[in-house]
Amino acid sequence: MTQPVNQTEIQKAILEQQSADNRKKMVLNGVLLLLLLAAPFAMYPVFLMKILCFALFAVAFNLLFGFTGLLSFGHAAFLATGGYTTGYLLSNVSGLTTEMGIIAGTAAATLLGLAFALLSIRRQGIYFAMVTLALSQLVFFFLVQSEFTGGEDGMHGIPRGNLFGFVDLSDNYNMYYFVLAVFLGCYLLVQRIVSSPYGQVLKAIKQNEPRAISLGYNVNRYKVLAFVISAALAGLAGSLKSVVFQLASLNDAHWHMSGEVILMTLVGGMGTLLGPVVGATFVVNIEYQLSQGPLRDWVDPILGGIFVLTVLAFRSGIVGEIQKFVRKNLG
Amino acid sequence: MSMIFGVPLAVLAGQLLIGVINGAFYALLSLGLAVIFGLLKIINFAHGAMYMLGAMSTVILFDALGVNYWVALFVAPLLVGAVGVLIEYFLLRRIAGQDHIYSLLLTFGVALLLQGVLTNIYGVSGLRYSMPDIFQGGMKLGFMFLPYYRLWVIVIALLVCFGTWFMIEKTKLGAYLRAGTEDSQLMQGFGINVPLLISLTYGFGVMLAAFAGVLAAPIYSVTPVMGSHILITVFAVVVIGGMGSIGGAIITGILMGVIEGLTKTFYPPASSAVIFLVMVIVLMFRPSGLFGKEA
Repeated sequence: MTQPVNQTEIQKAILEQQSADNRKKMVLNGVLLLLLLAAPFAMYPVFLMKILCFALFAVAFNLLFGFTGLLSFGHAAFLATGGYTTGYLLSNVSGLTTEMGIIAGTAAATLLGLAFALLSIRRQGIYFAMVTLALSQLVFFFLVQSEFTGGEDGMHGIPRGNLFGFVDLSDNYNMYYFVLAVFLGCYLLVQRIVSSPYGQVLKAIKQNEPRAISLGYNVNRYKVLAFVISAALAGLAGSLKSVVFQLASLNDAHWHMSGEVILMTLVGGMGTLLGPVVGATFVVNIEYQLSQGPLRDWVDPILGGIFVLTVLAFRSGIVGEIQKFVRKNLG
Repeated sequence: MSMIFGVPLAVLAGQLLIGVINGAFYALLSLGLAVIFGLLKIINFAHGAMYMLGAMSTVILFDALGVNYWVALFVAPLLVGAVGVLIEYFLLRRIAGQDHIYSLLLTFGVALLLQGVLTNIYGVSGLRYSMPDIFQGGMKLGFMFLPYYRLWVIVIALLVCFGTWFMIEKTKLGAYLRAGTEDSQLMQGFGINVPLLISLTYGFGVMLAAFAGVLAAPIYSVTPVMGSHILITVFAVVVIGGMGSIGGAIITGILMGVIEGLTKTFYPPASSAVIFLVMVIVLMFRPSGLFGKEA
């Protein structure tokens, strides 16, 4: 065996390569950020906010499904709980600032997430999916039948209010930058979580749970925490959504919404950071574009078709397939 | 009038009867799901859509070709079963061996597709289907009135359920099925066409759903979304019974119908949620369901 030419030189080369990669990434991120900041001047801000809310929802879902391998079929419950709580408080508590309403909605979803997690976490695979589905159905029926939710009609005319008591959120631009800030904060948080040692354990659980257990990790505790964080972020997405649209509707609680967020994540690329964002953008756009044209009534079947195609042919999703392509041809 | 816990007996009996009928539908549908999951490990989210296709095709066949109820009872399940075989052959086969979750997602997509297309053609308001003349009327039981059609649904649903259970658990064909899906290479070595067996099993499970759909056509409102409403409940039934347990699906199906009926009598607001509540409670104590094998 010969010694490597010079260990330190090799390390130096690796580090240089990495910092070059990082520089490239930073430039790319900077460009993306500029685009996001400029976007409301080119497109309708409310539409952009819709994308951001769903992107956050999908990012939250992906933390659980893409990185931890837990398919929750009940994530609509958190979106709706966040939305309804925030909507109710902002409509009924006078003098409440918007961010307090949103924090309260997120907190409610977090608590619900903890309850869901404790009830479901010991179940595996399809049983886990079914328990979360059943629990979210309970939430759905609760929301249908409670007085304060407006039943089938949902909650209308939720005031956007003032951020910190002085930023007027009825202005769409103010609202957009607030939503963007929250979204970016959450995105970075998830990025941080995923690349932390904790995130590595989550990935290990996804890939081989028995091995993670045998390494001495308290797997259930890791899963519960992932579930709660995911529920909190999904609730936050719902809270933001109810403020943006001034509306909390039963649609958000329906199990189809749980299916839709799976579709967004899958189409974008589960287990990648950017995937859910791309997926949400894609799905929201498709829904919007189709609803404008002659295919207005065909949104559902087309989404169904996309579902089928994705599962059959592009299981890694848009971002995942691009990554694969880059690795194969340019790497 | 006699009262039970403050509820008139006639009301209670009426709700119980509706409960048993709903339970018969749950049993038929969850039986199909259990067959498909138990033998093929496919989580068939398109099951509700197949039930809907059964009911819709009954109405459409009648309107377009004058096909009567009795013929539809055979033809509709066969047609829908054929659709099922095609779905298995062209779609599900391609993801065999992948995580079960993908079968859930794929069939969910198929369900959206079918439901969406039919909604566009027929709208969401119910189609009308009148009951065959022979079922007009009913019998007086002293405390309640039992329409003949409801009696027929209960009897035929139980017969089909029992027949299916018997075929899969007690006959040689059933043994082939179970063996073919357990160790397909070995069975293939014995000269059995396992891929065909899988297609037919899926088709059969789907036929059970379509059969329930035909039975439902005269009494429930027939719409393209009828399957999506019942699907989630039926999944709960299957999970409570123990996924893949054929007998468990049947018994739990009827049981849940009855529990739903009772809840409707004593505390109506909870009636649509009670099955999910039962499911959560059962899974707390018996993770593999009431009749499932311990995993």
